[in-house]
Amino acid sequence: MPIHEKSLIRPENLITHEHLELDGVDVSGHWSTFIRSRAVTDYNEQMQEEIAALPGGEFIHRCWQCGSCTNACTVNAINPDYNPRYWIYLIRMGLEEELLRDKDIIWQCVSCNKCTYACPRDVNPEGVMKATTHWLELKGHTEKKPSMVFDETFSEQVFATGKIEDGRVLRQFFARTNQSLLQDWLVALVRGLVSRMPVGLLMKLGLATVFRPRTRGWAAASAAIAEYVDERKVADRRALGLDV
Amino acid sequence: MSGKYQKVAYYPGCALEGTGHAYDRSTKELGKALGLEIAELENWNCCGAMEVKNIDPKLQTYLSARNLSIAENMGFDTVMAPCNGCYHNLKKAEYDLAKDAASREVTDRLSRKAGHKTYEAGTVTTIHALDWIKEAIGEDGLKARVKNSLKGLKIANYYGCMYTRPRHIFPEKDRGPGSESTSKPHFMDDLLAAAGAECVEYPLKTACCGGAHTLSDCDTSTKLVLNLLTTAEACGADVIATECPTCHTGLEMHQVRAEKIFGKKTSVKILYFTQLLGMALGLSARRVGVRENLSDPSNLLRERGLG
Repeated sequence: MPIHEKSLIRPENLITHEHLELDGVDVSGHWSTFIRSRAVTDYNEQMQEEIAALPGGEFIHRCWQCGSCTNACTVNAINPDYNPRYWIYLIRMGLEEELLRDKDIIWQCVSCNKCTYACPRDVNPEGVMKATTHWLELKGHTEKKPSMVFDETFSEQVFATGKIEDGRVLRQFFARTNQSLLQDWLVALVRGLVSRMPVGLLMKLGLATVFRPRTRGWAAASAAIAEYVDERKVADRRALGLDV
Repeated sequence: MSGKYQKVAYYPGCALEGTGHAYDRSTKELGKALGLEIAELENWNCCGAMEVKNIDPKLQTYLSARNLSIAENMGFDTVMAPCNGCYHNLKKAEYDLAKDAASREVTDRLSRKAGHKTYEAGTVTTIHALDWIKEAIGEDGLKARVKNSLKGLKIANYYGCMYTRPRHIFPEKDRGPGSESTSKPHFMDDLLAAAGAECVEYPLKTACCGGAHTLSDCDTSTKLVLNLLTTAEACGADVIATECPTCHTGLEMHQVRAEKIFGKKTSVKILYFTQLLGMALGLSARRVGVRENLSDPSNLLRERGLG
């Protein structure tokens, strides 16, 4: 195994000395910390296996680091720090500390599937991003990210009734993430809509908030799904070595 | 006219019952105007969308499979889904059930507990509303029926992500001439051009609108949408034609948000391709649900003598 080195030329490792004299020589200025050990010794050898055990992460081992995913990535185009190819490398090498530096942006994958389309090895990088997001949350490295709150709000409704009512998903999501519904742009949107929309449709949408759309006879499916979800939760936690 | 798809099962999905209501209305009106029959799946459920897939992909496969088995029970071998998300998920379920034993096992277990027959891969084919019109009517058929040509209307056709990616779940695409392309889709261009529109060269036809995080990561979505809107304008488009309720609503919402939050105003209009085709066939703007869109294209439509 090659020796992995951390990059030390990073903002937090730069030290500024306004006045520093060493043996009579003025060495004031910006200094990088060369003294710290660069060699990585604290590998997390379980990381790849754990992420592979979560839905979406199954094929991470296939990656040969061509970078097609990052090259195709929608989010990378607006934030160069968003780098699926690099994260897959870190996971496979067990370089957890390095991965954690980006823990708060990995959830931002928009699932456009450009990576999966481009990947010559069928790694399913989109799935790996989801699995990694789950892993970070389950391990307690990050709090529940907004996308997870949204996914849960949405899925709960589907599991309970077979369908969703999008107005209700929106209201619940805003409530759970402590956001006001009275945001400028949302208010402008609703005002414009209400002024033009036929009364009949408004009534229909209004009624949908009272008589929620649902699939008839859904109880048995709902129970089966709930059982499966619980089963998966236990399996996922076990795969990550967490208490169940 | 090939005689194909004259009568298909119809899976509207949750969005078309809510924010995408105009897409549901215009799809039905378009079908009626073209003499095509659709039968809505009885007692359907959510396809699982992206959200359930993120919780567990096999659960999404089950949810989609239940809908496919409804189509089968109703005696159909084809189900048409206008929503890209639904279309994608039914296709993905079909693929996973054919190729992945674990997905089959979960779907079978859940189906039995829920008390319905397990769907067998290969029984029902899922098509998009674009395939439906393209196959059942075709460009020549449309041309013959156009009463109110879209002549002079410059359209950027926006297909989004889920219609073409990932390619392995769409075995009928990329099959050479006549088939749809996953890298440069053209079915919507073909149909709208047949209705008289001038389709502009739009390099972002399969770019992402950020629909997955339209509410959970608003700024990213607004940036992505703004890029789509300004590029369409730079390409000379008056209208962006859409074929997905999530993209459509996202474009409309973030067009407003870009103006309110980032101070970037764009004036390109956003209409479902079914609304545009409907108006070309002589249906009124009201019939195809233009007043139900979040953004208001009425000035442009009046100017062009449409609707």
